[in-house]
Amino acid sequence: MVNRTIAPPIKDAVEYDIMLKRPETFSLTNGVKVYRVQAGTEEVVQIEWVFRAGNWFEKKRTIASSTNFLIKNGTSSRSAYEINEFVDFYGAYLNRTCFNETAVITLHCLSKQLEQLLPLVRELITDAIFSEQELTIYRQNMKQKLAVNLKKCDFVAGRKIDAMLFGEHHPYGVFSRTEDYDALDREELRKFYSEYYTHGYCTIFSAGILPSNSSALMERYFGDLPLNTDAKEGVQHAIVPQSDKQLELINDPDGVQGAIRIARPFITRHHPDFPKVQVLNALFGGFFGSRLMTNIREDKGYTYGIYSYFQNHIHAGAWMISTEAGRDVCRATIDEVYKEMRELREGDIDADELMLVKNYLIGTLLGDLDGPFQIIGRWKNLILNGLDDQFFYHSVATIKSIGAEELKELANKYLHPEEFYELVVV
Amino acid sequence: MIGFERFELSNGLKVLVHEDTSTPMAVVNVLYDVGARDEDPSRTGFAHLFEHLMFGGSVNVPDYDEPLQLAGGENNAYTTNDLTNYYCQLPADNLETAFWLESDRMLSLAFSKKSLDVQRKVVCEEFKEHYINKPYGDVWHLMRELAYKQHPYRWMTIGKELSHIENAQLDDVKNFFFKHYTPVNAILVVAGNVKVDQVRALSEKWFGGIPSGTRYERKLHSEQPQQEERRMTVHRNVPMDAIYKTWHMCARRADDYHATDLLTDILGGGASSRLYQSLVKEQQLFSNISCYHFGSLDAGLLTIEGQLVKGVEIQKAEAAIEAELDKVRENILDDRELQKVKNKTESIMAFEDMSVMNRAGSLAFYELLGDGNWMNHEFAKYQNVQSSDLQRIAQTVLQPTNSNTLWYLSNN
Repeated sequence: MVNRTIAPPIKDAVEYDIMLKRPETFSLTNGVKVYRVQAGTEEVVQIEWVFRAGNWFEKKRTIASSTNFLIKNGTSSRSAYEINEFVDFYGAYLNRTCFNETAVITLHCLSKQLEQLLPLVRELITDAIFSEQELTIYRQNMKQKLAVNLKKCDFVAGRKIDAMLFGEHHPYGVFSRTEDYDALDREELRKFYSEYYTHGYCTIFSAGILPSNSSALMERYFGDLPLNTDAKEGVQHAIVPQSDKQLELINDPDGVQGAIRIARPFITRHHPDFPKVQVLNALFGGFFGSRLMTNIREDKGYTYGIYSYFQNHIHAGAWMISTEAGRDVCRATIDEVYKEMRELREGDIDADELMLVKNYLIGTLLGDLDGPFQIIGRWKNLILNGLDDQFFYHSVATIKSIGAEELKELANKYLHPEEFYELVVV
Repeated sequence: MIGFERFELSNGLKVLVHEDTSTPMAVVNVLYDVGARDEDPSRTGFAHLFEHLMFGGSVNVPDYDEPLQLAGGENNAYTTNDLTNYYCQLPADNLETAFWLESDRMLSLAFSKKSLDVQRKVVCEEFKEHYINKPYGDVWHLMRELAYKQHPYRWMTIGKELSHIENAQLDDVKNFFFKHYTPVNAILVVAGNVKVDQVRALSEKWFGGIPSGTRYERKLHSEQPQQEERRMTVHRNVPMDAIYKTWHMCARRADDYHATDLLTDILGGGASSRLYQSLVKEQQLFSNISCYHFGSLDAGLLTIEGQLVKGVEIQKAEAAIEAELDKVRENILDDRELQKVKNKTESIMAFEDMSVMNRAGSLAFYELLGDGNWMNHEFAKYQNVQSSDLQRIAQTVLQPTNSNTLWYLSNN
């Protein structure tokens, strides 16, 4: 009879050597850099065209995200429908996403279909027309979507806390309003498109089981485009945080829950403390076994879930605690968050807890690097932030070596309630 | 082609093993053949609440999560109207930790009062977060009650009302456990960097001694064919009017399932679909519209949902949907359009199969359907679908007498 009270022996995950497979790199004739991770078990590929075309570069609200959205809604030779039908016919996914610094076109498809689809992506980069009709439909639908989202306390809280941290005029704090969509002008979109896409700065990340001629294909369809002649450094934006650190908003008088956001301005990946605070964050609220989740969900039952995480922008960061809690226990939840901060500053982290967090971080990292899209995703993050695999290996080594005393010092450096902004939206 | 081996322990536990040496990880997936459809109508939401309690300690192991995290693993679980599925992933070297944890909670739970008290509250917050405190959050509560009169699909997995969860007692928890959480009602899938012999030995060691339990024979009221159109109108504090229409469709194992699935994709699966192109882009009556179904094991609902453009009359919007449905009922669709949705399906399957965790979950699901190997024949079933099948299904399923329509109107 097996003795179930004794745990089977484990290999501590910290004993694993974690390797981040290096991508192949090459440059197209026009200087566009291509990264390639050839790996995987399924005959599929993912290609991302990353442009320096995020809202950092816009001079008017929502221009960057609208340009990005409408880029696949028609070229001079194909309607939006024809583009969508073409992509669907090949069983592909063509998405676009706008971030703060970058804006991305992403293609997922079966390896055998790649060659059919690349000419379309070229067309989107060179020949999108932004028709008045598409803009009208987009404007109307985005306004309706916004109206629905504004009924959700978590959506309202998410925008407001960013504005409190960075200011409503900073690219990290800005948000779209109805009147911004009304004010969208076709010529402004075309101008932004020409400057930041057609004549923009682009980097290509590719992964999966790529066809053997994939570099020749990239050169053929993208090597002659007028890209990367200007680095698009962009201007600097001043961070203007809100002076009042606490705010309560009533969004829905009948709401049964409140969205809580507690956040402070924080360091970026380039700061020497960054690899270390990743461990502190995990302990605090970074995973299901964290102190916040254990206390506030698993002991008190105030919420379905609570997490802490870093907002890792390129130029500035934030440390955020986020949850939706019962309306009557919002205050109690916030008090518990501060109590957990104090406990990290004043209490001792015992060895078992630290070992658990370390093994969890390394074990899940091992799983997170499993697959070509995951590997290229890591590299994209490093490269866009001006880092390389030294940063990755240093982070791994830090997780393995950091001690309880050092974490306590970091808690004393960063986890002071008075430095946090506090927002509740009911 | 997803290869696997299957064996059964003497207590009736089915075990499937899928080897993949390209990953350093292992996945352990335990599917229990119980979902919200197996609940007592006066105690709905219980299967899902129970899923939470499965993390509240088992008879010999006070905490499930901690030892797994210590072994570098992570886990999650979900409950549907049909089934409950638990899965964890960890470095393959520590596979035995998952066996230890999963087998102990199949043997018996700790049945802790504290865990029940806390998880009742957590699930109530989950209920509020997703179904009360969200615009349009009660739609499926309303629609299920409209569409189903006999079958237990008439309530949602989260439960009919908060009070059912608040009133759950420890005795209910115990009865539910010993009725459903037994080897004969479970399927174990182990995948990743593992060996069949190793899994066989570990299965015998950890699961072999668990009493088999009694096979749960499901005796649900099947839904009688709907004879007349049903309609409902509600007014809510939402910014836009919306319309939801459902029609009863076949069960997951039925021959027509794959054709019905492709029909929903033709109608409302994405930006090149008929409803989207016609009603959002050309006529601009809706700001978004989609057509989908849940793939439920018993007879399900083919659904169209759309949000209206402000100012559009709902009668006009609904008539425009019907006009599109007339087209699929009256005309045979051309080869390219059918080929398009087949190609999409092929691609979705290839992307899904990239992760070992998905492969393990799919194997468990197909084994529950009847045979894990059906996973490998699924795409062929889609390929065999003809245009005439889609037209026939459109004609038989998309009938007014088989339909349920919910007008969800803004009172602003």
